[in-house]
Order: sequence, then structure tokens, then C-alpha cells
Amino acid sequence: MAVANVSAHDAASTHDDHDHEHHDNFITKYIFSTDHKMIAKQYLVSGIFWAFIGGFLSVLFRLQLGFPEMDMSFLKPILGGWINASGKLDPAFYLALVTMHGTIMVFFVLTAGLSGTFSNFLIPLQIGARDMASGFMNMLSYWFFFVSGVIMFISLFLEKGPASGGWVVYPPLSALEQAIPGSGLGMTLWLIAMVFFIASSLMGGINYITTVINLRTKGMAFSRLPLTIWAFFLTAVIGLLSFPVLFSAALLLVFDRSFGTSFYLSDIYINGEALPNTGGSAVLYQHLFWFLGHPEVYIVLLPALGITSEVIATNSRKPIFGYKAMIISMLGITILSFVVWAHHMFVSGLNPFLGSIFMFLTLIIAVPSAVKVFNYLTTLWRGNLRFTPAMLFSIGLVSFFISGGLTGIFLGNSAIDIQLHDTYFVVAHFHLVMGAASFFGMMAGVYHWFPKMFGRMLDEKLGYIHFWLTFVGVYLVFFPMHYIGIAGFPRRYYSWTNFSFADMYTDLNMFVSVAAIITFFAQFIFIFNFFYSMYKGRKASANPWQSNTLEWTTPIHPGHGNWVGEIPSVYRWPYDYSKPGSKEDFIPQTVPLSATPESNLPHEAKLVQLEKEIMAEEGEELVTNESKES
Amino acid sequence: MYGFLISIGVILLIMLIWMVYRIQTLISVAKGSDKKIATTSNKVNAILFMVFLIVFGGWMVWYSIVEFDNFQLPIASEHGIVTDRLFWITTAVTGFIFILTHILLFWFSYHYRYREDRRAAFYPDNNKLEVIWTLVPAIVLTILVISGWKAWSDITSPAPDNAHVVEIMGYQFAWDVRYPGVDQQLGGYDYRLTTATNSRGIDFTDKNAFDDFPSQNIVLPKGEPVLFNIRARDVLHSVFAPHMRLKMDAVPGMPTRFWFVPNKTTEEMRAELGDEEFEFEIACTEVCGIGHFTMRKVIRVVEPEEYRKWFTEQTPFIKSNPDLIADLPVELKELAKIYINEE
Repeated sequence: MAVANVSAHDAASTHDDHDHEHHDNFITKYIFSTDHKMIAKQYLVSGIFWAFIGGFLSVLFRLQLGFPEMDMSFLKPILGGWINASGKLDPAFYLALVTMHGTIMVFFVLTAGLSGTFSNFLIPLQIGARDMASGFMNMLSYWFFFVSGVIMFISLFLEKGPASGGWVVYPPLSALEQAIPGSGLGMTLWLIAMVFFIASSLMGGINYITTVINLRTKGMAFSRLPLTIWAFFLTAVIGLLSFPVLFSAALLLVFDRSFGTSFYLSDIYINGEALPNTGGSAVLYQHLFWFLGHPEVYIVLLPALGITSEVIATNSRKPIFGYKAMIISMLGITILSFVVWAHHMFVSGLNPFLGSIFMFLTLIIAVPSAVKVFNYLTTLWRGNLRFTPAMLFSIGLVSFFISGGLTGIFLGNSAIDIQLHDTYFVVAHFHLVMGAASFFGMMAGVYHWFPKMFGRMLDEKLGYIHFWLTFVGVYLVFFPMHYIGIAGFPRRYYSWTNFSFADMYTDLNMFVSVAAIITFFAQFIFIFNFFYSMYKGRKASANPWQSNTLEWTTPIHPGHGNWVGEIPSVYRWPYDYSKPGSKEDFIPQTVPLSATPESNLPHEAKLVQLEKEIMAEEGEELVTNESKES
Repeated sequence: MYGFLISIGVILLIMLIWMVYRIQTLISVAKGSDKKIATTSNKVNAILFMVFLIVFGGWMVWYSIVEFDNFQLPIASEHGIVTDRLFWITTAVTGFIFILTHILLFWFSYHYRYREDRRAAFYPDNNKLEVIWTLVPAIVLTILVISGWKAWSDITSPAPDNAHVVEIMGYQFAWDVRYPGVDQQLGGYDYRLTTATNSRGIDFTDKNAFDDFPSQNIVLPKGEPVLFNIRARDVLHSVFAPHMRLKMDAVPGMPTRFWFVPNKTTEEMRAELGDEEFEFEIACTEVCGIGHFTMRKVIRVVEPEEYRKWFTEQTPFIKSNPDLIADLPVELKELAKIYINEE
């Protein structure tokens, strides 16, 4: 049955097979490629590169937090002057480390590395398109991202250090060079890099949206789209609406920094000098920033949830439970994500009434998230679970999504947030729900679609080891932070020994640091597996996971254009797993209902007649077209 | 030498891992298990999920109980009792859901692991279930939100008229404290008036400033409302008094406030904790530069009588530094001198 996907017109039209095959040279194939699959791989490799940089920075500051007495002179070859004469990490550089860790992880890894990779790779393959709507703009999107990365990377090596005001870069700290060394050239480069990044993600987003709306293959109605595509589509919509606001925030900050305006600056006396700026509002920046910043959480999370939906359904051999409810939840999250931003600002001096409004809106957004979790659980229920590494990472994601999501109920409650705001409780919360969950979504995606990307399989055993070390490691790192946070430990502290209320838990912090370092090094297992399997891995079969979606109907090494001959048509939703009556436990989307009378549900039986009529019409059309051509 | 030995060790370790990896790959090819689905690994992973559930679940419960007194900070303000109660109610609700969903997640993973003789159930939707798990969380959240909203409205309501006003100004990297003096009115300020001797930029042409006085520590009366007037001089800071369950950003150009009622004196807290060194503290929770982690201020809560006594003993700015009023117009200067000469 799985091979019964060669529909009538497909067979009739394979004559133009290799006529349009491109003959690329190295540069057009691997560097300035317009093929969405190659661009996806470029994003993936860049994302992995940045993930290691970001992870390495976190190891450095975890060393400081876990072992404050340690002599770090052995890091001098890498960090040079940032380790002072007595072997201690420079406190200014500590802030630079946390800032760059946040920036890199949020934007370069979980936005570009996740959306960039999988939206690019899967949208055309799963909706049945030859490529993105604009291949050239897609290429431009990657190269803007690349330039952004180069600029950000250079900023790491500046004499005065990169941006250091936290990844949110709140002014006036980020606006005034005299406030912190990193607010000099480092901050300028941060802003320039972000402008390129925003441009890149807008070009990507426009492409994703256009492609999903316009280039779906015959029969691929919105109600038949895999949940991955729904997720990527809505992610792109969120990005398109919110990134420009970050751009405006950055632009005004550039004006304040360089052209003497006072958008964010007011009544400042610093370094023995009263600045002339008055009338600005530092809180305005926070509003603008979080208008992107909060949707950004969903920009990194939704694709991961989409990937998980697909992976869990496939490997449970069950339809995803509540397909429509999943879509409605995602739509709900998309809309609500724009009206909750000020919950990051409950104690910023915001009008308390506004705080109440945002508390109500914030807790509403927990409802669609809860629905998604229950739907995942029900999908697993009475399934026949195959624990591929991708499946393990997806289950891990669901676990993190629950753990981190529930603590959001504390933080969204403004009365409770008074105490918890900017403590380690927040760090634990968002690292689980947004960091680790999205990272696991990305890993699930890599393990699941690696065979489609490179035509070879990743080694499963290494995948299992990688998963268990990372899953246990992430919990060992972030779960203890809840306790530290309830105890009131503030974020972005170089050391806590100045305060008697926080002069404890040195053992727990040491434990967290050791777990973080082990987790970081466990990622090298993945790196080895990734690059080794790319060349030496076991050869993949056409549909290794016995999945229903369209990408598995392409050749094992799809060329530019994805399908040889006609693009297949779609006759059903993507989740016909273990359908009663069917011999196999999966029926790909390309199998017509008329070919599976034994498994059709009552309402589908009615559709068969309609389907036959359409196919007959198409057949006639094809015949006339061909006779015209010849 | 050590570096050399370590690098040899690392290389040997990597080679060992490599050998094991190659051997297991060859074995799996020889056994043909790479083509099967119901492999041992499938079962092992399923079991590991259960092990994870039991070990980590047990560890979490044990640690939460044993360490409770360590991570639970004592409360020293009236609203803190309310917010902490909300915190623990939320913990109970979310904790229940947390444990329940995780038991389901890992139990399903274990119980429904792949078996060749079984087929998954085709169960695509059930609207009744969807409605249930939309409504139940919605109702639970509504209850939590409404109780939180009530607490929030009380906490953020305008301070009572009899509240003791204290001004806290954050700057890189310390807090400056100012009391309004006997008139209970803080004098005006302008950041452009800031000098080495007038670090708060107090405007001494404002008569209300004449009796304003500084203090090394923040001294507060127990059981009476206190209003913090919070501002910043250079960048954002945030006043965080963990035992008071109090936090409010200090924003340059935009004064903020927070009022509360301290309900334990420092002495009482020392007795309660058996710690003679104990002090209430203020920390900064908005990253503000290199010294962010050093911005400590001590709050000393005392009995109201002691507070009043302390209050009258303090010396106004202009008394300890008469230069501050050197440039004032003559008539204001005369008025100010009354404060200075007062004993």
C-alpha cells in the first residue's frame, strides 16, 4: 500500500525527468545556493556552531558561579586579559558572558537554527512544492544571517568586550558607554548584528508565509497540512509582526547612543556629569523590546512543538490526538502572544492596573498550552511506541514543556512575581520551557529528518546516549535553580557572598555547574554522530520511519526541485496511522481514498466518488496538455 | 607533564569509545537488529523512562522536604504572608498537575512500548475530552488569577496617609537613603544639582529639604506602614528586599514606589533564626553594571518607640554640611539656620 502512491497522471508524465536537472558548481551548490534544502543545511550547521559557542560561554560563567574560589589561570590562553592577575574572571566579562549566551541562544540558535533549518527544509517538502516562493530571497535571508553572525562573533573579541547589559540590553545601561565597558563598540556591533538578523528573519518569514499559502500541491488543503507546517506558518506570522518592533526599539536606541536624542534617557547623572537628556522613558524601551521579546518565546517554541507533534504521531503509530484542537491552540497562542508582553514588567514601575490586565491575559495563554500537553499525552496513550532518538527527544520536550510551563503560572501572577522576578526561579522557568524544550525540538527534528537531509541514518545508540545524558543533565542543571530562586538568589550576579541571605547553596551551585559541564560535553557525542553519519552512516531507505508525509515520497537524495516528474497530489490528512482495516499501519498522504476502500471511514467513503471525478478530469487535462506540448 | 599525560589519557579514552562504537555497530549489523523495530533498545528506553520517573520524582520530593527551611526565606512583612500563601497554593495546584502529567507521560511511554503483535488504537479526536481539558485549566487558572489580582490590588493600592516615607536612590553601585525629617515631607530634587556633597541632587531652595536627613541603614518601625519612594540616578536598578517580599525597579527620570508593613523586628528575627548576625537586606535585581552584585543595604526594623527616638536623633543634611545652603537667598538661609541651630 505504501507504494501505491504513483497516481495515474504521475506515470503519464515522467517524460521530463532529467530535462530540468541543474548542473551546479561548488559555489552555487554549497555557498550561494537557492535550493531550500541546502539553505536549511546552512542554517543547521550555523546553528550548531553557535550552539557550541553559546554553550561554551555558559560553561565559563558556570565555572565562576559553581567554583568562585577557583584559579582560572588555565583559561588565559583563551580569555587573555579577562582573567585577572589573581586568576579570577573579570566581573565585567562575566556580564558579557551572560549577555552573549542569551543573545546567541535565543536568536542565533533557537530562532535561526530552528526555524531557519526546519521551515526551510520542511515547508516545500511537506506541502509539495519545488522550492520556496523566492529562492533568491531565501538565499539572501541566510546570508544576512551570516553577516549578522560574523558581526556578533567579531564583537566577542573587542578590547572592551561585547555587549554586557543582559540579552534584553535595557537602556540606560546599554545606551551609555560610561555605564559599562560593553556598552561601547560592543553594543554598537550588537545593534548592527541585530538589524541584519531582523532583516534576515523577515525575508525568511515572508517566504515561509507566501510558500505555505500559494505553493501547496493539489489536494493539500490547510486542513490537511502536517502540524509542523502549521507551526512554521504561525511562527513566521508572529515573527513578521513582532520583529519590526524590535527593529524600531533598536533604531531608537541607536539614535540615543549616537545622535543625542532622548527616547529612553532622562535625568541621568553619571561619572560626575549630569547628562542633558530629559523627557525620555526607560520603560518605553522595555515595552518595545518585550513586544518582540515575548512573541519571541513562541517563535522558538512553536516550531519545536510542531516537530514534536509530527514525531510523536509517527512513532506512536497513531494519529495526533485532536488535530483541530492542536491548530486552534496554536492559533490561540499566536494571537495571545501579542498581548502578554508586559508580564515581564510587573515591577518595572508599570501602572499596577496595567499589570492586572496583563496578569489576566497571561494566564489565559496557559490554557492552549495545557490543551497541547493533554493532546500529546493522549496521542501516546494506547500507541505502539517506537523509541527512535527523535521520539525520545520529543517526549523529553513534552516533559520540559510541562515543568517549565507550570512555573509560568507563578510568574504570570503579578503578586507572586514580586518576589520571584529576576531571581533564579525565572532562569529555571525559561530555560526549561523555552531553552531546553526548543532545543529538544530541534534535536528531535535533526534525528528525524537527517535521513532526508543526507540520505543516511544517524547512529541510534549514540542518539540514545546523547538523549539520556542531555535529558538528565538538563534537569540536573535547571531543577535545582527553582530552589535557589525561591531562596531569592538574584540573576546576573557574579557572586552572592556579599549578601547573608544568599550566602549559601554553594554546594548546590557547584552541583549545577558540574551538571552543566557534563551536559555540554555530552553534546560532542552528537557532533561526532552528526558529521560521521553524514559520510559513513548507514544508508537510509526511502521512508525509514514509515511516515505519511510528503517528504518521504521524494527520492532518497532529492535534487533541486525535490520530485522527479510531477509533484504528487494529496488525498488525505497526514495522520492515517494504524487505521482500522488497513494492512499496513500507515497510509501516506499520496494514497487516494479510492485505493483504500477497506479502511475508509464512513464520511470518507462519500468522498471517494468526488475524488474519482476529479482524478478523471485531471487525467483528461494531462492528456490534452501533453498532446499540445508534443 | 601533567598536560601531556592528560592528553594521552583523553586520546586513549576517545579510542576506546571509538572501538566500542564500531563493535556495537558491527554486532547490530550481524544480528540484523538494525532492521527490526522491537529491539532491546526500545525496551531499555521504555524502562529508563520509568526509572527516571521514580528516581527523580523521589529525589525531588525528598529534597523539597529536607531543604525546606533552607530555601524558604522567613517572611517579615504583612503582604509577604499573602503572597507566600498564594505561592504555596499555586505550588500545590501545579505540583499535583506536574506529578500527574509526568506519571502519565512516562507510564504511557513504558506501557505502550512497541510490540509486534499489537496495533495502536486509531483515536484521532474526542471533542468532549478537549472541552474538559480546556475548561478545567481555565477554571483553575481563573481562581488563581482572581486571588492573585486581589493581593496585587491591595499591595499596589496608594499608601496610607500615615505611612513613613523613605527615599531610596540607586546609583552605581550603592543605595542612598533619605528621610523626610520631622515635617514628613521630602524636599524636591533635580539631578542637575548633584554634586560630590549633594549626591542625591536635593534642591535646598525647597524648605521641605531643610530637615531631611541621610541614614547609613534603613531604619523602619515594626507594624506601621512604610512607603519607599524609589528612584535611580544613572541606570536602572531594582530594590529587592527578599524577606519583605518587596521588589520595585528604580528608574532614572521616573520615580516609583512600594509601600508595606514590616511585621518583625530585626531582633525578633534574630531570635527566631538563632542567628545573632542576621540583618534584613536590600539587593539590586536589575543588572546595572560591574558592581551589580555588591549593592547591599541593611534594613533595621525596630519597635515603634525605638524608631521615634532614633528619628529625632538624626542630623539633617544642612546641619552636618552647612555649605549646602551657602548659595541660598538670604531669607531662605535665615530659615535654614533655624534648623541648623536647633538642638
